[in-house]
Amino acid sequence: MNFLKNKITPLHRNLILAVAALMIAVYFVPLWHISLVAPQYPEGLTMNIFIHSVQGGTPHDLKNINILNHYIGMAEIVEESIPELAFMPYVLTYMIFGAFVTYLWPRAYMIALGVVNLLLVAAAGLYDFWRWEYNYGHNLHPDAPIVVPGMTYQPPLLGCKTLLNIDACSIPHIGAILLFVSVGVLVYILYIEKKKAEAA
Amino acid sequence: MKTDRKMKRAGALSALTLLAFSFAIVMTTSCGKKGGKEFLASDAAQRVYVAPGDKDEVYLFTSGGFNGQIGVQGIPSGRLIKVIPVFSVWTENGYGFDEETKMMLNTSHGFIPWDDSHHVEASQTKGEQDGRWIFINGNNTPRIARISLTDFVTEEIIEIPNSAGNHASPFLTASTEYAMAATRFSVPIPQRDMPVENYSKGEFHGTITMVGIDSKSGAMSIKAQVKVPGYDYDLSHCGKGPSHDWCFFTMYNTEQAHKMLEIGASKNDKDFILAFNWKKAEACVDQGKGQNVPASYVRNRRAENNKPATSERLTSVRMMEPKDCPGIMYYMPTPKSPHGVDVDPSGEYIVGGGKLATVIPVHSFSKLVKAIEDKSNFTEERMGIPVLKYEATLAGEVQKPCLGPLHTEFDGKGFAYTSCFVSSEVVKWKLGTWEIHQNMPAYYSIGHLSIVGGDSAKPMGKYLVSLNKITKDRYLPTGPELVQSAQLWDISGSKAELLLDFPTLGEPHYAQMIPASLIKDKTRQIYELENNHHPFVARTEKEARVERQGNIVHVYLTAIRSHFKPDIVELKVGDTAYFHVTNLEQDFDIPHGFAIYGAPLPNILIMPGETLTVKYEPKQPGVFPFYCTDFCSALHQEMQQYIRVSR
Repeated sequence: MNFLKNKITPLHRNLILAVAALMIAVYFVPLWHISLVAPQYPEGLTMNIFIHSVQGGTPHDLKNINILNHYIGMAEIVEESIPELAFMPYVLTYMIFGAFVTYLWPRAYMIALGVVNLLLVAAAGLYDFWRWEYNYGHNLHPDAPIVVPGMTYQPPLLGCKTLLNIDACSIPHIGAILLFVSVGVLVYILYIEKKKAEAA
Repeated sequence: MKTDRKMKRAGALSALTLLAFSFAIVMTTSCGKKGGKEFLASDAAQRVYVAPGDKDEVYLFTSGGFNGQIGVQGIPSGRLIKVIPVFSVWTENGYGFDEETKMMLNTSHGFIPWDDSHHVEASQTKGEQDGRWIFINGNNTPRIARISLTDFVTEEIIEIPNSAGNHASPFLTASTEYAMAATRFSVPIPQRDMPVENYSKGEFHGTITMVGIDSKSGAMSIKAQVKVPGYDYDLSHCGKGPSHDWCFFTMYNTEQAHKMLEIGASKNDKDFILAFNWKKAEACVDQGKGQNVPASYVRNRRAENNKPATSERLTSVRMMEPKDCPGIMYYMPTPKSPHGVDVDPSGEYIVGGGKLATVIPVHSFSKLVKAIEDKSNFTEERMGIPVLKYEATLAGEVQKPCLGPLHTEFDGKGFAYTSCFVSSEVVKWKLGTWEIHQNMPAYYSIGHLSIVGGDSAKPMGKYLVSLNKITKDRYLPTGPELVQSAQLWDISGSKAELLLDFPTLGEPHYAQMIPASLIKDKTRQIYELENNHHPFVARTEKEARVERQGNIVHVYLTAIRSHFKPDIVELKVGDTAYFHVTNLEQDFDIPHGFAIYGAPLPNILIMPGETLTVKYEPKQPGVFPFYCTDFCSALHQEMQQYIRVSR
């Protein structure tokens, strides 16, 4: 574990900048993708979750998903009711800031710290998403016109699930993949640094 | 004795058997009719089958004739996919009853709920179909309507003054610069009282009208009319390519009979085809020739962005006579009471449907251009219009083609197809050689035929539809009044093959077939609420309300799955209430309907993002329901609310 105190190679320093660039890109691309297919919607309805907003696949998809959902008592998906969209951009800013600090203080333990931070944030994010989906699918309006006894509508976290007449799928989009790649790059740097220390 | 009787009996019996047998043979063979099966392609079923989820290749737009509308069917399946209301009210969606569309049916004679719509004409650019608009004529109250092929809705209707029997209409110039219209029923111009017999003394006239079409918006306005001798101007088509600047009109009743026309109008062995140089006429008008004469006619336009439709009264029109602009018109003699006039894709051949003739006469445009330069070709003049010698413009005649040739369309491969009413068939013949290649029977009594792009400079060919007048036994019997029949032929090979027999709506006098690719990706799915500038729109439920100004009440009603807002509407007896219903949906194929108990109106259907208005005048106190009439959602039945009417 001593290798952690080492100064990392210039190449790895530059890779940190690349990781920072990937993370900046996450502001501009969707993190996650939800698709809904029903018999009367052959064209499908989709939602793209960005780090700062939720947008429909076409301009009116979000409105139409909400209209369909109100029959079973699900709450409306409005950005105001999702506080995560307000503070997640700042969390990402903190991570990007951390990347620049690492560039200026290029110790391997900084990278390890970055990996730990990213993994913690990812885990927290996924848990939070699951929790939000749970509430969304379980807290149904008591006056909902259509009540199927015992039925709840928690969308899947990852993968596909059939809820009544709708096939819902939930998969990572470009943004999540970029973050995954970022963690991968950092782990790879640590691995090479360790190898370098052992060879010396 | 015994053997005698036996022989006699045997003789009688065998004679009877022979008689019965031959009777059976006669009945099943020579009298037997196969109804077209002998022309059927062996794989016809496959060629017309459009599998679930797939789409037809071609849009067929048919005129509705006495129903006043336009029918839309898919080819090759023949399936009916839409009725576009144009000149007749349509209770299915309230066309002609709501405050916006009822203005479309306004005329100088007041509101008229119907017309006889004969000829659909598809817009073209440089002689090729472009999928922008369809135009159609109103025959009884002379009018031309324009239909958008994005929304499939009637956008504009303009009345034609100084006309009657607006039959030779609308026929477009090759780049849709103008729509031509002409009078079939000569009348006093201007209208005034006189004995009907004066028609035969030459005191009735007709007009050829040039309706200008704006190239961006399609908006119509009358450029000018030319007053012409009182003959029955029957049909028209405009030239293309070299003949782009000309339009041609057939006419019958050059005898100018005013009664018993079936005899009186059929005496002359030749009537005329009018060659009209519209480009020259346009130049004369721009130079100030002719005069503005008073006229009373109406133009109705659907506005953009859901603003109210407008109905304007127009009060004058530019009128020219042929002598005001020499060289714009020539009469080409044509046998006999010719009906259709059709120009081949190259623009050279002008085919006359010599309805009562035994030939199909074909004029040559290049010969016409030469003939008008040599005055020795002029035999006489009528109202300043020179009459040319028949031989001076004739390209050829198709000999003994059939009985009663009417309309011709082209396949782009050098062949012409002419419909023949009396002998109930289509005859295929070669341009230039005038040889007959095939006779294709129609079931029964064909009027018009249509080929995909068949009147354009680049016909797609492949499919031919015969539009027939007599149905009789073609479909399951449905009492005395029957639908009109049509047959679909595949004309892509050297011999045409029959594919399908299908019914049409109303009485199609004409049809246009347009490849689906020109239209299907440009159609609208919803109206965007943010572009809705209707004066009484409510774009959100918060804007739904009731506003009272004395006895006039404006109800801003919103509709969305599955309720209206406001929840309850309160009115008083004697109010004039306007329900402005805005459909807040922004989702494809989610219309809402609206109907009120006891209102003397049909329901209205409101499309997503649209606002429509109905007038309601409560006469009795009480509590009256209203509801959504178009199945919109799982809770459509619950989309019901009340109007409370108090004294």
